[in-house]
Amino acid sequence: MPFLTEQDLQVNVLAAEVAAADRGAIVSFVGTVRDHHAGRSVLRLEYSAYAEMAESECEAVILEAERRWSVAVTLRHRIGQLAVGDAAVAVVVASAHREAAFDACRFVIDEVKRRVPIWKKEYYADGSVAWVDPTAPGGTVPSERLDA
Amino acid sequence: MHFLGAHVPSSRSVTVTVRFLARYAELAGRETVTVQAPGPATVDSILARLSEVLPAAGRLPAKPLCACNFRQVRGTELVADGDEIALLPPMAGG
Repeated sequence: MPFLTEQDLQVNVLAAEVAAADRGAIVSFVGTVRDHHAGRSVLRLEYSAYAEMAESECEAVILEAERRWSVAVTLRHRIGQLAVGDAAVAVVVASAHREAAFDACRFVIDEVKRRVPIWKKEYYADGSVAWVDPTAPGGTVPSERLDA
Repeated sequence: MHFLGAHVPSSRSVTVTVRFLARYAELAGRETVTVQAPGPATVDSILARLSEVLPAAGRLPAKPLCACNFRQVRGTELVADGDEIALLPPMAGG
């Protein structure tokens, strides 16, 4: 199943994938494009991925969550151009009870951010462009390609 | 894809594709390069050859996060002929 998509994310559609009569809790996390980062005004984002590895890592994260908790998990991550307010990532977890669903949802989004090879480039109101890099001072590194 | 290796190929050498992702592709000025190294080769020995075949790769971190055939690996891991070694900037999804 492709976890990377260029289509708008629909949480209700994802919830329908994991809903079942014996699952009384559905927890979702949706990450959206923020209009600011480190004091700068963000106009839009561009996500790119190492697609084949990103797909297999997403699958591995879901399998780990489903082994650790009694849950059903689905997730999608956008790639390409996104505007402020767009949903960039969605995780939906269903379980018999809420505790496992909350815990697994938190685990999945944290692992996705930590190990799935996806990168984002931020385009700012002042015309500058930078790659988000959580390890860099200030959290970004300037892009060298102003046209990209 | 271009072969830029300077060494004479030998029957024991290992040829891999090195792929630069995201910001590293900007720094390297390209997305892939073919690298040949004497076998047995590790991820680290491929990285050591990299700036010889592509000087712009000298702008990359000395110890980037690496994947071999779509799986994260340590620098000491052996590589085989035909492998794809990907150089990954710090992840920034979500």
